[in-house]
Amino acid sequence: MKQKKVRVLIAKPGLDGHDRGAKVVARFLQENGYEVIYTGLHQSPEQIVNAALQEAVDAIGISVLSGSHNYVFPEVMKLLKERGMGDVVVFGGGTIPEEDIPPLLATGVKALFRPGTPLEEVLEFMKENVG
Amino acid sequence: MADNQNLEAIRKENERWAHKVAEATARWPERQEEFRSLSEIPIQRLYTPADVPELEYLKDLGYPGEYPFTRGVQTTMYRGRLWTMRQFSGFGTAEETNQRYKFLLENGQTGLSVAFHYPTLKGVNSDHPLARGEVGKCGVAIDSLRDMEILFDGIPLDQVTTSMTINHPAPVLLAMYLVVAEKQGVGWDKVGGTVQNDPLKEFFAQKSFIWPPRESVRLLVDTMEFCMKNVPKWHPVSISGYHIREAGSTAQQELAFTLADGIAYVQAAVERGLDVNAFGPMLSFFFDAHMDFFEEIAKFRAARRMWARIMKERFGATNLKALWLRFHTQTAGVSLTAQQPLNNIVRTAFEALSAVLGGTQSLHTNSFDEAEALPTEEAVTVALRTQQIIAHETGAANTVDPLAGSYFVEALTNEMERQAEEYIRKIDDLGGMITAVEQGYPQDEIMRASMEFQKAVEEGRKVIVGVNKYQMGEEKPIPILKIDDAVERAQIARIEDTKRNRDNAKVERCLQEIRDTARAGDNLLYPILEAVREYALLGEICDALVDVFGAYEDPAVF
Repeated sequence: MKQKKVRVLIAKPGLDGHDRGAKVVARFLQENGYEVIYTGLHQSPEQIVNAALQEAVDAIGISVLSGSHNYVFPEVMKLLKERGMGDVVVFGGGTIPEEDIPPLLATGVKALFRPGTPLEEVLEFMKENVG
Repeated sequence: MADNQNLEAIRKENERWAHKVAEATARWPERQEEFRSLSEIPIQRLYTPADVPELEYLKDLGYPGEYPFTRGVQTTMYRGRLWTMRQFSGFGTAEETNQRYKFLLENGQTGLSVAFHYPTLKGVNSDHPLARGEVGKCGVAIDSLRDMEILFDGIPLDQVTTSMTINHPAPVLLAMYLVVAEKQGVGWDKVGGTVQNDPLKEFFAQKSFIWPPRESVRLLVDTMEFCMKNVPKWHPVSISGYHIREAGSTAQQELAFTLADGIAYVQAAVERGLDVNAFGPMLSFFFDAHMDFFEEIAKFRAARRMWARIMKERFGATNLKALWLRFHTQTAGVSLTAQQPLNNIVRTAFEALSAVLGGTQSLHTNSFDEAEALPTEEAVTVALRTQQIIAHETGAANTVDPLAGSYFVEALTNEMERQAEEYIRKIDDLGGMITAVEQGYPQDEIMRASMEFQKAVEEGRKVIVGVNKYQMGEEKPIPILKIDDAVERAQIARIEDTKRNRDNAKVERCLQEIRDTARAGDNLLYPILEAVREYALLGEICDALVDVFGAYEDPAVF
């Protein structure tokens, strides 16, 4: 029996226009057998969580290069919990200073990838934590 | 470059030498089978006159300040005046950024360059739901004339020139700047500077768009027309390759798409009935300086030559200054690494040197901490000092276009031009850049290039020191500039206060005038100026135009 494809939402929150990283990760995961849904730019945490619900995804990857990570990640985690979607794996990346990472992980974000992270590392993370 | 007899002899000698190379490489193979530039241009072992056989000095290079400007736009270049050291900056509130500007001016910076935060770039107010967490983070928060008055408080606008990185909302920010000048008692004829105002690259590079492509180009032409009449020293557009490159393009694509955008704007202005000889000198350009030293120099030189020929041959410009490609350069933000951040000082220095050797008119050098956040004052100082060291210690500014005549640099300049011309032909075939953008052509090309680059890094074919080679384990974190969340609250409070203290009925009439003018097809700068004077908010003005033009949404393809 063919296994059902793992579904991942790649999301760009806020007004930030830096989508190079999000798109490269989206395409790479797709090339590696994942079902990837990309939100496009300019999404609110609410819209991201709604999209995740509608698309019944197993994971959400959020790319932030606007400095708004300390708002976006906790907000998404809160909304997921409220909707009973606590089992969705959330990860992210972008220009997130090292010292901001531990508090964000404490909100339940599974991993935050810093600039320069090899795509293979993201893939390994997905295999281990999502499927 | 060489006469025929000489060329024959050189070709013969090249063959002889090739045998020696074969012997040498049989014993000591070269480090790689093939050498390629950062943008995948194959690089030969050696360049000789035989690699630039067609190059004619007077036709293809000429003299500085003369057609086709390959060697530079000014006659004496940096011997006359150094490039403008223009550090792009802005963060937090207008008060904080005003302090930073004064600090930079006191330290020898010679021009200002405003970085706006995302809500301003996108034409929304700081109290917009999508602005949560972003206020003052990537730049300074400007919601109305009130913020602009604070931003330039104590900075005489007849004595500095200011560049503003703002695109779709550019007419509004320019209007705010002009009203501030007015209030300082400075006539518009004495105000100098630039608004980026390059709408098309927003759809495939920087992605801070509001209105659809055609409507946004109309606003650009409105701005050009207005400046020609009222603000003669202002550059109403800075046609920008920087963001194209940062979005993942190659150097050739950066060059081609930038010039293709320029062609679209000139075309639109000519169709409006504007005189190419009159507005040509007001155009300016903006490029990225990336890590491949010679490739970048070749790109800058090719850009000047190509634009001069485009303006002359395609648009029939005869005014020499209308053929000028004058440009600002910023070192490549994407080349900065979060790993071993001090290495970024070295990267930035090489990139900056390539811009100087390429003949830039102004330069921004990135700070070493910018892979993680906006720069600290210490990091900015090092970045500015890097330019001063190049200017005063290296000797690079002592002669004009020092690399001209290098067989390698000339061959690479030709190759850059050839590849960019191919792209421009393709865009012409599609029906021009506006149509190409609507069809997603540059978007696809950039996506492909950025994916290929990432794969090359993953496979180690491209080395990034500290990232995929010479890594270190645990690294000590560097100090990071923190933007307090209080900025967001303060900015929202100021919006409320502004709304309470203005004539709201008057503002509403101004916004209606903007809608009516948009429908009538008249120049929008005039009603925008009136709205700005009444303290209409940036988001209110942009929304009024959305009512007529519609909003552009990201197609979300990858």
